[in-house]
Amino acid sequence: MPDQLLFALEVTLNGLTAGIMYALVALGFVLIFKASGIFNFAQGVMALFAALTLVGFQSGQIPFSHLINAMFGTRLHHFGWNMPTFMAIIATMAVMVLLAFLIERLVLKHLINQEPIILFMATIGLAYFLEGLGDIMWGAEVKRLDVGIPQGMSPMIDDLTFNWFGYGFYLDRLDLWAAGIAAVLVVSLTLFSQYTRQGRALRAVADDHQAALSVGISLRAIWVLTWSIAGFVALVAGIMWGAKSGVQFSLSLIALKALPVLILGGFTSIPGAIVGGLIIGVGEKLFDFFFQSTIGGATENWFAYMLALVFLLFRPQGLFGEKIIERV
Amino acid sequence: MIYREVGQYKTSYVADSHTFPIIGERRAYYLVLAVAFLVVPVFLTDYWAQSILVPFLIYSIAALGLNILIGYCGQLSLGTGAFMAVGAYAVFKLMTAFPEINLLIHIVLAGVVTAGVGVLFGLPSLRIKGFYLAVATLAAQFFLIWLFTRTPWFFNYSSTGMISAPTRTLFGMPISGPSASATTVYLVCLSFVVVLAWLARNLTRGSIGRQWMAIRDMDIAAEIIGVNPLKAKLTAFAVSSFFVGIAGALMFAVYLGAAEAGEAFGIDKSFLVLFMVIIGGLGSILGAFLGAAFLVVGPVLLKILLVNQLGWPTDLAAHVEIIVIGMLILVFLIAEPHGLTALWRTLKEKLRLWPFPH
Repeated sequence: MPDQLLFALEVTLNGLTAGIMYALVALGFVLIFKASGIFNFAQGVMALFAALTLVGFQSGQIPFSHLINAMFGTRLHHFGWNMPTFMAIIATMAVMVLLAFLIERLVLKHLINQEPIILFMATIGLAYFLEGLGDIMWGAEVKRLDVGIPQGMSPMIDDLTFNWFGYGFYLDRLDLWAAGIAAVLVVSLTLFSQYTRQGRALRAVADDHQAALSVGISLRAIWVLTWSIAGFVALVAGIMWGAKSGVQFSLSLIALKALPVLILGGFTSIPGAIVGGLIIGVGEKLFDFFFQSTIGGATENWFAYMLALVFLLFRPQGLFGEKIIERV
Repeated sequence: MIYREVGQYKTSYVADSHTFPIIGERRAYYLVLAVAFLVVPVFLTDYWAQSILVPFLIYSIAALGLNILIGYCGQLSLGTGAFMAVGAYAVFKLMTAFPEINLLIHIVLAGVVTAGVGVLFGLPSLRIKGFYLAVATLAAQFFLIWLFTRTPWFFNYSSTGMISAPTRTLFGMPISGPSASATTVYLVCLSFVVVLAWLARNLTRGSIGRQWMAIRDMDIAAEIIGVNPLKAKLTAFAVSSFFVGIAGALMFAVYLGAAEAGEAFGIDKSFLVLFMVIIGGLGSILGAFLGAAFLVVGPVLLKILLVNQLGWPTDLAAHVEIIVIGMLILVFLIAEPHGLTALWRTLKEKLRLWPFPH
């Protein structure tokens, strides 16, 4: 096989794994949008917050130590112990559930029946709040996150492709893990929503709020549940992204990257989020690969949005979205 | 007592359609203008001009523009930062290409260029709405910033990739570049604000403004009663981008003096202006000013309080600032969705009856 084609194939594979990472974030969006019709801009910041909390618990940081030190002149920083990763993940999950509860109690409850655009702006406010809170609780410096997922080149893929094509593909083991985890996540979410009582209630709410209320489903409990699940997805995304590129502010910007993914896949479709992520991942890597020499690099910054924009003009509801019907 | 409308009879249609129908209000407006033009420049210090008044005036223009688009026409845009960058780069190219023409003309032309770009990126709004449109404007944000940082023609092949404003004069006084004094910069910005606010106010209460509001309230219904959505949406994008472009041009040429697209006009600027519009009040001219004042002065006050008074480190103060802004957005959306303007309106209602509330 010619070299150029092999390179392109390698780039495509890397694009697919990058796409899985985008899809992980987009999943959280879809869950909340389906259940409450809220477009949750804070999903990316929730991922950042979850990752920060996880690192904080792991390394035994004292929350708000920076603030306490500034206010009282103390010199606190660490409890002096390290929490095992598994315990830290459970503790972080507890924090995310608490967060979901507080969001419902303090914000969403008061915004029932508002226009979607108002709710969207409220989540932007929430994103700012969480971003500041995460920094104050755990400090703003870049942190390393290690939960024991192997990283670096995958020798197996390298050997295998070398035997096939005479050229070893470079694939990060972390990305392969991410793909596996995403698959597990999608399957378990699907099973949850199809076969459990809570899952069915969730789908009922997504279908029609009023009808769900009238058969005795508590809207508010379902919203707390939805935001908790979204918090869980955010935690998974935060772990994967944090392990890949360190826990830092730029993590929250992946939320913006998830937007075009959603547009391609449709706001209400879980498989759509995965397919959209893959298309965006492959598209931007290949575009960069072919056009880098002619129009310069860093096209990843905007390619996804432009693709989404062009796509929207032809199919406004996305690939798998429900058809938009407008009534006056 | 102070604020009365009793006994003010209107005998003509012109009198009835004044922007400020109550005499007390009109006098207050002229008083504010007189103070801003005549009294403030006398007492203006560099610190006040640089960190409070000039940014306030420039952000007011940007907020006015975005308010036309979001508050009046209902089209959500997250591309404000990039449109400001278009204004800045347009004025830079014009300033350096035609140095003999007055800077003020260049600034207005930069607004016109931005209006053109705005219409281009507003075209998708004819087919897509709401969040989808917000994502489409994000495409504008990231693409334009990428274009400006990657194409050397835009920054005249300067080695740093930055654009810097050369000195230009008006009546022999430098108004851009390092030698411009705080007072002239303030007066230039103020003049633009006054003219543009007058323009915005009159556009929004005229026929075109009513068309925008009809589209905002329900676009299909508006179309049925004869509003042309193509015309209404694209004019809203054009006028809004014109304002935002002038704000960007002033920001670069008169205020900052040097800028780099990614840093000065990033996505955070888009959000900042959006917050000004929300906090100030959607669909209100006064709201744009109140929101801009709040978000320009608020952080300065917070910083003075936390850093200078309590001696906290600056990074901590910056985080507290983000938290406070986030909370304010939430509080305003929950408690007062119409923003500071609604508070002002309530206050006026109370004042009309004071001191006899019944």
